[in-house]
Amino acid sequence: MNKEELTAQRAEAWREELRKSKKAKERTDIPRVKMTELDPDYRVTNREEVNRGLTAKQAVLEATRCLDCVDPLCMTGCPVGINIPKFIKNIERGDFLSAARTLKETSALPAVCGRVCPQERQCESKCFYLQKLKKEPIAIGYLERFAADYEQASGEVALPEMEPDNGIKVAVVGSGPCGLSFAGDMAKRGYRVTVFEALHEIGGVLKYGIPEFRLPNRIVDVEIESLRRMGVEFMTDCIVGKTLSYDDLHEMGFKGIMVASGAGLPRFMNIPGENLNGVMSSNEYLTRVNLMDAANPESDTPVYKGRRVAVVGGGNTAMDSVRTARRLGADRAMIVYRRSEEEMPARKEEIHHAKQEGVEFLTLHNPIEYIGDERGRVCQMKLQKMALGEPDASGRRSPVPIPGAIETVDVDEVIVSVGVSPNPLVPNAIEGLEVTPKGTIVVNADTLQSSIADIYAGGDIVRGGATVILAMGDGRRAAAAMHEALQQQPGV
Amino acid sequence: MNKIVAKEHFSEKVVKFVVEAPLIARARKAGHFVIVRVGEKGERIPLTIASADVEAGTITLVVQAVGKSSAKLCALNPGDYITDVVGPLGKATHIEHFGTVVCCGGGVGCAPLLPIVAAMKAAGNRVITVLAARTKELIILEEQMREHSDEVIVMTDDGSYGQKGLVTQGVEAVINREKVDLCVTIGPAVMMKYVSLLTQKYNVPTVASLNTIMVDGTGMCGACRITVGGKTRFVCIDGPEFDAHQVDFDEMLMRLSSYKELE
Ligand SMILES: Cc1cc2nc3c(=O)[nH]c(=O)nc-3n(C[C@H](O)[C@H](O)[C@H](O)COP(=O)(O)OP(=O)(O)OC[C@H]3O[C@@H](n4cnc5c(N)ncnc54)[C@H](O)[C@@H]3O)c2cc1C
Ligand SMILES: Cc1cc2nc3c(=O)[nH]c(=O)nc-3n(C[C@H](O)[C@H](O)[C@H](O)COP(=O)(O)OP(=O)(O)OC[C@H]3O[C@@H](n4cnc5c(N)ncnc54)[C@H](O)[C@@H]3O)c2cc1C
Ligand code: SF4
Ligand code: SF4
Ligand code: FES
Repeated sequence: MNKEELTAQRAEAWREELRKSKKAKERTDIPRVKMTELDPDYRVTNREEVNRGLTAKQAVLEATRCLDCVDPLCMTGCPVGINIPKFIKNIERGDFLSAARTLKETSALPAVCGRVCPQERQCESKCFYLQKLKKEPIAIGYLERFAADYEQASGEVALPEMEPDNGIKVAVVGSGPCGLSFAGDMAKRGYRVTVFEALHEIGGVLKYGIPEFRLPNRIVDVEIESLRRMGVEFMTDCIVGKTLSYDDLHEMGFKGIMVASGAGLPRFMNIPGENLNGVMSSNEYLTRVNLMDAANPESDTPVYKGRRVAVVGGGNTAMDSVRTARRLGADRAMIVYRRSEEEMPARKEEIHHAKQEGVEFLTLHNPIEYIGDERGRVCQMKLQKMALGEPDASGRRSPVPIPGAIETVDVDEVIVSVGVSPNPLVPNAIEGLEVTPKGTIVVNADTLQSSIADIYAGGDIVRGGATVILAMGDGRRAAAAMHEALQQQPGV
Repeated sequence: MNKIVAKEHFSEKVVKFVVEAPLIARARKAGHFVIVRVGEKGERIPLTIASADVEAGTITLVVQAVGKSSAKLCALNPGDYITDVVGPLGKATHIEHFGTVVCCGGGVGCAPLLPIVAAMKAAGNRVITVLAARTKELIILEEQMREHSDEVIVMTDDGSYGQKGLVTQGVEAVINREKVDLCVTIGPAVMMKYVSLLTQKYNVPTVASLNTIMVDGTGMCGACRITVGGKTRFVCIDGPEFDAHQVDFDEMLMRLSSYKELE
């Protein structure tokens, strides 16, 4: 959105009036809203969503804090540039549906991003309150979730205005946030969109990775349902590169292909004992629990419910795994991380929630070996204690082993959550598709077009592990660029 | 949802299904497998594609009921739908004219062995198939194997049928009798381990098709990982076939028992 448009919208009468209705001091004196959360002792016994959302009253009060800045810095922190003051002021005046529509102008999945964005590092980190007033920033994420949830609950989920069918077929590989947002934007522009998904469920990491207690499946399903109503077709159990080749897609008449296949390949550390039973990737653990519902006795898929569970890593995936382990009955659930808490890439809220739920944090510890019992099941892990050394080239203090400081900890389950690599299935199957040495697909930074003209790519397959909002933003940008290219192509 | 168009019992516990799956039928090669799920609470289990009919748009699966999920599948009938069928997965078998190929299968391994036997024969190999089981009733697919083999040797532990003895004794007899260019083995991990030790002694190149536990079958979870030549490999994308002499069968044996207590 350009500056003039922003200013013009800010100058609308209702906004002016709202701004004048209260003094700045009145607004800044209001304390930041507290999210209602389930009690930690209760929530570790089930999978209910921990954050309960704001009431309308709470939301309006929080929205009142926002100063509707002339130069809304918050927007520079949002990777997709949501018009933050506009949606917040709509909440303040009680027009929640308009707030939701404002979000939808830019974000395809506001109910999701409001829940999982690392706001403290994005929009909220740039808020005037934090930057200039040294006060807690506006709870932009909570408000975003409030507006999106309100719209979902109202049953008035508005479909965007659709352009007439243009008859052009485009294909999407993968149904994670990147693929879904691309599909929505192209459908809106009149394209016939088919999304191919390898698994039996739509949603990518939103379904198989992020647990129910943080992002309920029904939230994602509402979005998928909207896409269906917009005419997007989904084909599950279909792996591009295996079930269908690149040539097959051409034969089927697809004029453009969006690769949004994610970073689904788990990394291991290659240390002794890593293939023992009871040692597994977080992908396997979370897939069993989230996609296959393995903790439910009625499900045919088993999952081991460890009593002493160690999760190796410090990202969101590690937090999700360790909190899941607590919910499956672990008495001792540990995070083992080689740096200090400061460097943990996980969202602050997740770390905080994990601690409330009794998760132990073994920071500055690094596993060097797993030891198995006579049945080949892991029973202990050897940990090397670390210290923070001198800052390296990146300015980060890197962990160095303390000689001789080795500890042994009893465990019966270990979940390795040290990152993922790009899924090589698509790159392997398409000859001439340029990839980096790390296996990510090379694209033009603006258009997201790959080395093959009709293939675009975005999300984790391009960025390695990133975030939902970045993946979604890529989907939107790729849709705009592909649309542009297809319009100029004669004969389509 | 994939419709079952035909079903045939090879024995009480072994069933052949013909299933509608036109895209998979077109794309598959010998050695590929599919992942199948029966029911909304169903588990994802891997099954080898025994054969395919591109015209009819069908694939054939041969399933042995060994546990809950395979039994659930075997209970389905023509007209029923399999909730999910995804594939073809894995790397195709390397099929060429090797000369004399010994294919040995035991237990659950006989079903996935059948398409390899057929493909090896079609490529002009002399195919000697060795089938092994504890006792007569457990020998399966003998008739189908005979159709595609120059010779079928049956071994039973208790001597109730064929020759008395282990699968390795059957294979060793062939190796002592004539030049064997390749051995293919599929079956319980213990069996493959001993076949592999044997052929290593005689320097016969050997391929083992590993039937590890799987979840997604696309390289996403790592449940199927195994050590081959000292390196961790994923059976679903790097396999399922590997140089048997490089496989760490002891580790595989241990990993297969992962969920035993839970099922
Ligand atoms: C446990 C976990 C927690 C996370 N928590 C957060 C968080 O709190 N906040 C945040 O912002 N980010 C989080 N992330 C990261 C975020 O989920 C990802 O960055 C995002 O999902 C990437 O989106 P994507 O669309 O690129 O890929 P994905 O969501 O990975 O989707 C890719 C899809 O493509 C399918 N696919 C792959 N290959 C093929 C093929 N050949 N044919 C057909 N389909 C194929 C896959 O099955 C998958 O469904 C988390 C990730 C994980 C794993
Ligand atoms: C690549 C691949 C191809 C396969 N092709 C076929 C096929 O064409 N036809 C067929 O019938 N089966 C095949 N299998 C094996 C099949 O997947 C398993 O039999 C099935 O998953 C068992 O599930 P279940 O729930 O019925 O049994 P479970 O309850 O899981 O197991 C029941 C019993 O069988 C044993 N068992 C389970 N899985 C295996 C296994 N993979 N190997 C050895 N013993 C096992 C268990 O230890 C247990 O004692 C294949 C496996 C792989 C990995
Ligand atoms: S999408 Fe994420 S970064 Fe953007 S405003 Fe919403 S919560 Fe903030
Ligand atoms: S910077 Fe903060 S106060 Fe200003 S508009 Fe954005 S959210 Fe409101
Ligand atoms: S089955 Fe999941 S990686 Fe092989």
